[in-house]
Amino acid sequence: MKRSHTLVNFISYVILFFGLGLVVIPIWYMVSTAFKPQTMIFEMPPKLWPVPSTLNNFIKALTTDKFGLYFWNSTKVALSSTALTVLVSSMLAFAFAKLKFPFKEPLFYILLLGMMVPPVMLIIPQFIVAHWFGLYNNLWGLILVYVTMNISIQTFLLRGVFENVPREIEEAALIDGGSPLTIFWRIVLPLSGPGLAVVVINSFLYSWEEFTWANVNIGDSLRRTLPIGIALFQSEHLTEWGQVFAASLVALVPVVIIFIVFQSYFVQGISTTGIKG
Amino acid sequence: MISNRTRIQIIPAIIFLLPGFVLFAAFIFGPLLYSLRISFFDWNFAHPELSIWVGLKNYVDQLLSPVFQRAVLNTTVYTVITVSVKMVLGFIVAVLLNQKIRGRTGFRVAYYLPVITSWVIVSLLFTYMFNGQAGLVNYILKNILHIIDRDIMWLANGVLALVPVILVDIWKGVGWAAVIFLAGLQSIPVELNEAASVDGANRLDQFRHITIPMLRGTLVFLLVVLLLGGLNAYVPFQLITRGGNPMDQTHSILTLMVRATFTRLDFGSGAAISYMLMMFVFVLSIFQLKLLRKPVGE
Repeated sequence: MKRSHTLVNFISYVILFFGLGLVVIPIWYMVSTAFKPQTMIFEMPPKLWPVPSTLNNFIKALTTDKFGLYFWNSTKVALSSTALTVLVSSMLAFAFAKLKFPFKEPLFYILLLGMMVPPVMLIIPQFIVAHWFGLYNNLWGLILVYVTMNISIQTFLLRGVFENVPREIEEAALIDGGSPLTIFWRIVLPLSGPGLAVVVINSFLYSWEEFTWANVNIGDSLRRTLPIGIALFQSEHLTEWGQVFAASLVALVPVVIIFIVFQSYFVQGISTTGIKG
Repeated sequence: MISNRTRIQIIPAIIFLLPGFVLFAAFIFGPLLYSLRISFFDWNFAHPELSIWVGLKNYVDQLLSPVFQRAVLNTTVYTVITVSVKMVLGFIVAVLLNQKIRGRTGFRVAYYLPVITSWVIVSLLFTYMFNGQAGLVNYILKNILHIIDRDIMWLANGVLALVPVILVDIWKGVGWAAVIFLAGLQSIPVELNEAASVDGANRLDQFRHITIPMLRGTLVFLLVVLLLGGLNAYVPFQLITRGGNPMDQTHSILTLMVRATFTRLDFGSGAAISYMLMMFVFVLSIFQLKLLRKPVGE
C-alpha cells in the first residue's frame, strides 16, 4: 500500500515536471531573446543566457517607436474600461438580484445573449456604429465596446454574489429610510469585495490584451494600444525579435503584478460564478 | 402592499438598468440586426443608400468558394484537436495537482502563466520558435532529437503552418482547463470517496463511478466555452500565418471574414460569413444546453 503510494507520487512528479518544462521553455526563450544583441537573434545552438547580454532592446523599445505612448494608451483604456465595467455591471446585477420590476426574467435572458455572441462577428456593424458616433480612431470607441462585451458575463457573475448579501441588513436600512441607491452604495457593494475583485481582474486582462477590435477601430498611429503596437512593430521589423520581446515583457508587467496580487481570487472567482460541478 | 412596493421599484430599476442596456443595444443588439441586413446586400460602405440588394448571393458565393471551404476545414480541424487535447491534458494536470503533493502552488502558478500572457505575444513567440531557418523547434527536432535531417519550413506550407497555430492554442489553454477542472474536483465531497473506499472500492472504481459523474457540469461547461473559443479563433491565425499565407490556405473563418470586410471592403460577404458562423454556434449551443439540462450525477 505505502509503496504504491510512493510510486504514484513519483509518476505524478515526473509528469508534472515534464509539463513544467514544456510551459517554461518558450517563456524562457522569450526572456533570453529580449536580452540578446541583434547579431545573436538567429544563433544556433541557443544559449541558456546570451553572452554578452544587453539591455539595448529594452532601451530602444521604450524610447523609440512610441511604445511609451502605446503603454500609456493601453493604461488609459484598461483602467477606464475596468472602472466602467465594474460600475455598469454591478448596477445591472443589483437590479436583477435585489429589485422587483416587470419583465425581469426575459430582460436577464436578453442580456445573457451577449455571452453567446462571438465578439468578432460584431466587428463589422460595431465598426459602422463607431463611425456614426464619431468613435472611430478614438480610445472611447475601444472603452465602450470593451465594457459592452464584458457586461453580460460580469453581470451574471455579480448577480450571484449580490444575492448572497443577507436581506436583513438591507431591510434594516430600508426601515431607516434608505433608498435603493444607498443600499447599493453603502451595503451591497462594500459587502461584495471578492466578487468585485474578480470583475476587476477579468475586465482588466480583457481590455489590456484585446487585439482584434483595437486593430480595426484605431487607424491613427498615435492612438494605438500595446497589442497593436507590438504586432505592427513585428511586421515592420521582421527580424528584430529582441525588441519585440523586450516590449512584450514590459507589456506583461502590469498583468503579472495583477496576477500575483489577486492570485487567490482566480480560483475563488470560478467558484463564485457557480461554474463548477 | 406588494403592488405598491413594485411600483416604487420601477423607477430605481430603470435607473440601474439604463446604462447597461443602452450600451447593450448600441453595441451588441443593434449591430446584430444591422449586420443581418448587410449580409443581404452588395454593401456600399461610403454610401449605404446605394447598396444593392442581392438576397442570399453573399452566402451562396461563400459556400461555393474553395477559400471559404478551406477556412471551414482549417477551423474545424483546429477546434477538434485543440479542444480535445486541452481537455485531456487539463484533466490530467488537475488530477495531479489535486493530490497532496509538495510545490502544488508553484506548479499551479507556472501552468497558469501562459494563460495570462496575451494572444499577441504568444502568437509572435511561436512564430519565432517555428522560424524555418533558425528556429528553436527545428533545432530541437534536428540537432537534439534527430527526428528530421533538414529544416522544416513550417510557415511556407499550407498544412504545416497549422502546427504552430494549434500548438500555441494548446500551450496557452491547458492551464485554464486545468484550473476549471480543479475547481470541479474540489467541489466533490471527500465523504463520497471515503464511503466508497470503506465499501471496498479501489481508486479506479472511485474514479469511474464518483469523480467522472460528479464532474459532468464542469465537463459540459468546458466543452461549451472551448468550442466557442475554437470556432472564433482569430489572433493566432492572423499573426502566425499572416492572414492565410501561403496562398489563402491557412485562413480561419474569422480571418477570412476580416479580410473580406476590411481589406476588400466587401462588407456583405463579411457579414454573411459571420452569420453562418453564428448560426452554427447557435445550433451547437442549443445542443449543448440540452446536454446540460440532463440530470447530473447519474
